Formats: sequence, C-alpha cells, structure tokens
Amino acid sequence: MANMVLKAPRPGYTGYVEQEHHHDYGGDTVFGFWIYILSDCVLFATLFAVFAVLQSNFAGTIQAKDLFELDYVLAETALLLASSFTFGLAVLSANKKSMAGLVVWLGITFALGAGFLYMEINEFIHFTHEGAAAWSSGAWSAFYGLIGTHGLHVFAGMLWMLVLFGLLFKEGLSDNNIVRLMCLSLFWHFLDIIWICVFSFVYLMGVL
Amino acid sequence: MNTNDTHSPGGAAAGSLSEYLLGLSLSVILTAVPFAVVMSGTLGETLSIILILLCAIGQVMVQLVFFLHMNTSSQQMWNSVSGIFVVLLVVILIVGSLWIMQHLNHNMLMGH
Repeated sequence: MANMVLKAPRPGYTGYVEQEHHHDYGGDTVFGFWIYILSDCVLFATLFAVFAVLQSNFAGTIQAKDLFELDYVLAETALLLASSFTFGLAVLSANKKSMAGLVVWLGITFALGAGFLYMEINEFIHFTHEGAAAWSSGAWSAFYGLIGTHGLHVFAGMLWMLVLFGLLFKEGLSDNNIVRLMCLSLFWHFLDIIWICVFSFVYLMGVL
Repeated sequence: MNTNDTHSPGGAAAGSLSEYLLGLSLSVILTAVPFAVVMSGTLGETLSIILILLCAIGQVMVQLVFFLHMNTSSQQMWNSVSGIFVVLLVVILIVGSLWIMQHLNHNMLMGH
C-alpha cells in the first residue's frame, strides 16, 4: 500500500473542521428552567403537606365548609384554564413568526391572569372579614400560605409578561425572546397544574 | 437535516391548534365533573373523594401532554426522568408528613 496515491483535496479544503455542530444553548436554558419548575413543585408539595396536616385545626374560628363558595372557585378556575389555553395560542403565533398574534394572545393571557388575581384577592378580603384571617388559626394560616404562594407566582408571571412585552417591542421575535417565551410558557402552564391540585384538595374536598 | 429547526428549544415540540383545543376540552370536562358532583352532592363522601382524585390526576396528565407537550421521545428523556424523580420526592414528602403527623396526633392527643 505504500505506493497508494492520495487524491487531490477538493478546492478550498483546509483540513480543519469548518462547521462546528450547532450547540442548542436555548434548549439548555429551557431545560434549566424546567429544573427550576420541578424545585418549585417541591415547594408547593411542602405547602400542600402543611395544609393537609393542619386543615382541620380551626381552633374555634369559622370553618372552611361554611365559607367556601364553589361557584366563585369555578369562575377562578375557568379564568386560569382559559389563560393557559390562550398562552398556548400565543406560543403557536410565535412559532408562525406572527408578532401581532403573539402580542394579542399574550395580552389576553395577561388580562385573564389579572382577573384571576383580582378574584383571589377579593376572596381573601371577604374571608378575612368573615373571621378567617391568615392569623386566626392553623388551618387558615396553611390555607393562606398555600393559596397566597400560588397567587404570588401568578403575579410574578404577569410581571414577567410585562417585561417580555418590552423586550418584544425592543428586539422583535429574536431567538432570545423565543427562549424567554418558552420558559414563561412552562411557568404559566405549571401554575395551572398547581391550581388543579388546589381546587381539588383544598376547595372541593374542603366542602365535603 | 437539522432537526432542531422544527422544534422549539429544550426539545419541547411545538404543539398544534388541534392539540391545544383537545387539551382544553378534556380539561373543561375533567373540571366540570368533580365540581358538578360536589355541588349537587348526589354521590356519597367516599365516592366523591375518589372521583375528585381521579379527575385531578387525569387533568394533570392531560395538561402535561397537551399543554406542556411531554412525551417519551429521547429528546425529552431528561425532562421526563427529572420529572419522575420529583414526583417520587413529592409523594415521599406528602405521604411521609401525613404519616408522621398522624402518629404524633395519635400518641400525643388521642392517648390517655
């Protein structure tokens, strides 16, 4: 084989690898955010565990059974579920590179989230007036701790949407903005999943 | 050639409108059923609790699949594996807390 002749290299061949395999940094970011979501899951699990342990310790204060209004909770649930759906439509618009669609659906999601938060705060004020304040008893502390943490998350998600609006108007549908939108999408759908557990375990089982 | 072009970052597949609509309809049904049962009060307490639990688990699954687009593709393996690990943590946390506190109540309050 010593007399084998190598073919001449193709024109422009340098011997170096010119095209590195594209590394998906955006994917790493979304995966990292997914890990954060899972750690948030553990946070909510502890709050659910506290609620489960303390839920009957009313210590003479008004009972959850006498205070919960299921039609009100159903309306809150509808708002949050609808907002989860409209966020999905916002992501679909972004995938179609439709800036107008994205802004409209994200705006509707923001409005639905605001409606949910308004109803929740209203409910807290109503409960507190009825004698079920956060400091009244163990059961009510656990209730406000759990629901309030969820509400704070919704509030954080809405702030994030406002920031994203600013970035979208500044940079348009850049790769960075798409990654931000994907992370927020995970966050928002996650909050809806937590709310499923809230209305099932806190409200529905609370009135049984 | 580059499969990443057709997917959103993180291996999260871009859903379609029909997927979101199906997820929404299933979620509405799985919300309406437990609310209707509890508000009408037709079923007994035990049956209602079982139904609420089943609908909650069902709706969480529906939203994971149709809204968060989780599936078993190898691209998403780490998402799923870390998710399953956290489910295990959550179960240990909640069941463990209830178990310990029930024993504590039993020994401290219900005793002599």
